[in-house]
Amino acid sequence: MIRDLIIQCVQMLLVLALAPLFTGFVRKVKARLLYRQGAPLIQPYRDLARLMRKDVVLAESASWLFRVIPYLVFAATWVAAALVPTFRTDLLFSWSADLIAITALLGSARFFLALAGLDVGTSFGGIGSSREVMIASLAEPAMIMIVFTLALIAGSTQLSTMAEFMASPAVGLRVSLGLALIAVVMVALAENGRIPVDNPATHLELTMVHEAMVLEYSGRHLALIELSAALKLILYFSVIACLFAPWHLAPAGAALPALAVGIAAYIGKLAVGGFLLALFETSIAKMRVFRVPEFLGAALMLGLLATLLRFVSESF
Amino acid sequence: MTLTIALAGTAALFALAALAVVLAGAAAATRIVYGACTIVTAVSLVAAAAHLLNAAAPLSLTLPLGVPWLGAHFRLDALSAFFLIVVDLGALCASVFALGYAEHETAPQRVLPFYPAFLAAMTLVVLADDAYTFLFGWEFMSLTSWALVVSHHRVPENVRAGYVYLIMASFGTLALLLGFGLLAGPGGLYSFEAMRGAPPSATLGALALVLALIGAGSKAGIVPLHVWLPLAHPAAPSHVSALMSGVMTKVAVYGFMRIVFDLAGAPAWWWSIMVLALAGATTVMGVLYALMQHDLKRLLAYHTVENIGIIFIGLGLALAFKAHGLLFTAALALTAALFHVLNHSLFKSLLFFGAGAVLTATGERDMEHLGGLIHRMPQTAFVFLVGCAAIAALPPLNGFASEWLTFQAILLSPQLPSWGLRILVPAVGALLALAAALAAACFVKAYGVTFLGRPRTPAAQRAAETDRYSLAAMILLAVLCLIAGILPGLFIDALAPVNAALIGARMPAQIGTQWLAIVPIAASRSSYDGLLVFLFMVMSGALAAAAIHRLASDRLRRAPAWDCGYPDLSPATQYTAMSFAQPIRRVFGTALFHARETVEMPPPGDTRPARLKVEMRDPIWDFIYAPLAAGIGAAADRLNRLQFLTIRQFLSLVFSALVILLLVLAIWS
Repeated sequence: MIRDLIIQCVQMLLVLALAPLFTGFVRKVKARLLYRQGAPLIQPYRDLARLMRKDVVLAESASWLFRVIPYLVFAATWVAAALVPTFRTDLLFSWSADLIAITALLGSARFFLALAGLDVGTSFGGIGSSREVMIASLAEPAMIMIVFTLALIAGSTQLSTMAEFMASPAVGLRVSLGLALIAVVMVALAENGRIPVDNPATHLELTMVHEAMVLEYSGRHLALIELSAALKLILYFSVIACLFAPWHLAPAGAALPALAVGIAAYIGKLAVGGFLLALFETSIAKMRVFRVPEFLGAALMLGLLATLLRFVSESF
Repeated sequence: MTLTIALAGTAALFALAALAVVLAGAAAATRIVYGACTIVTAVSLVAAAAHLLNAAAPLSLTLPLGVPWLGAHFRLDALSAFFLIVVDLGALCASVFALGYAEHETAPQRVLPFYPAFLAAMTLVVLADDAYTFLFGWEFMSLTSWALVVSHHRVPENVRAGYVYLIMASFGTLALLLGFGLLAGPGGLYSFEAMRGAPPSATLGALALVLALIGAGSKAGIVPLHVWLPLAHPAAPSHVSALMSGVMTKVAVYGFMRIVFDLAGAPAWWWSIMVLALAGATTVMGVLYALMQHDLKRLLAYHTVENIGIIFIGLGLALAFKAHGLLFTAALALTAALFHVLNHSLFKSLLFFGAGAVLTATGERDMEHLGGLIHRMPQTAFVFLVGCAAIAALPPLNGFASEWLTFQAILLSPQLPSWGLRILVPAVGALLALAAALAAACFVKAYGVTFLGRPRTPAAQRAAETDRYSLAAMILLAVLCLIAGILPGLFIDALAPVNAALIGARMPAQIGTQWLAIVPIAASRSSYDGLLVFLFMVMSGALAAAAIHRLASDRLRRAPAWDCGYPDLSPATQYTAMSFAQPIRRVFGTALFHARETVEMPPPGDTRPARLKVEMRDPIWDFIYAPLAAGIGAAADRLNRLQFLTIRQFLSLVFSALVILLLVLAIWS
């Protein structure tokens, strides 16, 4: 029991500690691919520390909700990230929220962040949140459809059980799995505001989605929101890793060496995933904002098709 | 005993209605009527809750009322008890809210007599055990609510709403009447007891299902029979809007369930196809309509349509599973539907109360004229936010818990042997997921434009916090939303007797699970623990706040908004409800609502303002109701000629009609 509790805490702190590093890693790889030097890997930590120490400059028309939302968003994202198996399955509390609930927790975070965009009453915030909810209105059902597909394959919506099933030889190669993988990558790109959907490096480009929505935030509030964004990115990577690359996940009751292998494997998976993300982002152009619904509509259709295949026959 | 209390309560409410007519002019009438309603519904609520929680045996009673020699039959079984709780809880909160809200009523004599009668009629429908009493209560419920809809009869919009409502309500009752006629059979069995004993054949049962779907569905707001709902619900005073949306639609769901799950006999598998297809369409259409609205109360009314869709998805799944003999899964789907019935009545009442408080404070229902109310009405703003988060199905609130159960039921549907359902159910699941995401978008809009930002009009700037009765009712509902969200297991267990009665199976007991989680089938399959999620969120949020404030910085200064260096001081430059919904309108509305935007940009030097014009059509009105109304109008014009016949022509018309009828009769036999 105590051991399980410690492992659960390690998991919570691990994702929190790795999240800025992962963002820094993706930025670094992107810079190198563009023949730039790039900021050091630990730059996101420095940014966060600097933001935390600064005063908050709050708009005059901001309400109490605006000040609470960064904490709410951070809490929802952190709880969601803490429940995804990264190096060990069957975490102490992983049963308290299945993959549907984790998706919905991220939905909560987005709901409040979109409200924050409207709180100050500026046009920038408004355009950001209205576009964010438009993107979410397609990305979220697509994610649910992917969850459906995987749940029907694994016979569970519990991430731990799903990861164990995916690691077992029973899973094999399936059409629906392939469709779900493509769809989940598309959704992850959209949800994290990456190219081709949004550009995380600027708020002045024509997308004006996520970065425009949080434009009025400063100081510790902005730090929390950036940390939440980093957590969300690492969360999506963890979900994809534990479902589609569940290798070397330590099982329940594993000894310390197995856990160490699990952590090392997790960091290795993150490195590969981060590199692929950076490669993809540098090799593709950003879409116009009204092309995004087509992109996400495709993800939704892929998810629905995969679910339908599972409903039609067990063998797909 | 419980049944007697409930019936005595109904009688007391009727008496109160009569008293209200007498009292109408008195200054204290509002206090007396709503105070008495509060007490009566509270007593009835406690009795009904005790009945359901004890899983007591059904009670029945026959009173020498109504049709001579037949009497009025009443029965309180688990299903009635559950819906009685929903009615009484909604009525209790609405009465408390009205203690404060109705003080602002300009014409109390138009509301007071009908309000208790409306409550009594809903109770009567839920308790009725024969077709006559049921239809009497149903029609009485329609008429009293119609009177409440047109209580502000000087507004032309309300009169039109009342007219459309009256037509749709009569049509619905007609369908129910025919449905009961089919169930009664040639023997004319009019008590439910007798109907239950002689279930109809599958074909007749299906016909009864269709009629129930039309009759109860039109009252509940199933697309395409929903047209009256977004007109009528917002037109009534806000506490009545809350009752109509939160409770009366649930009475309609009760009517449907009573007929389909109880009286129509064993279901055939294809019954559920109709229900699921309509429910899926209802869910998405409802929320898309809502997104296009900028009238706060109308937006809420369209969300009722959406949530009714979610409830009917659960009912359709339960029907499908029951028909295939998968009883435990059927119990899961039915529990999801019933839990959503309760949840929707909680948060929809809360939201309508909030809209009412805003209406009293500002005199505005149009969101484009509001904004910044969170500064002026902080408590209302907070509870309204809870309601928004609950209806948007965000964990850890109650809307998510019931939608999660519905998703779990959908995930069990590959067990269904029939191909039609196997294709339909995933599509319905996708529609449900789409609707959930769109609902979140819609409530970001509703809350953000109404309560956040800067006030758009002087009326919004002058708003003041609402009275304490209204606040008490809203806080109570918000707390219930949270409790139902974090302890859903208690509610699922309380619903077990209803499942046992209608399905013959129940979900596994949730009371013994660790940390009060809900485990619908097995722990390895799926589980969700609202309590833990809530605690984790509170703890990690508090931890982050404490750590940052202590270790880093807690300083704060106020400054003008940044807005990338170009802040515009006019509140008109904020995003409005229409502009917020523009991306979604462009994605979904172009095809569905035929939404068109035209920009009129005058050339430089011209002093005309630039204009953006948005045009939208309502496909259901255009393609179903407008042709129908035109057809009826044309037919009426033709028949109108009959009025101007001479006496000879009349007589020959009557004579020829007689001859034709006799001929038909002769040939027939």
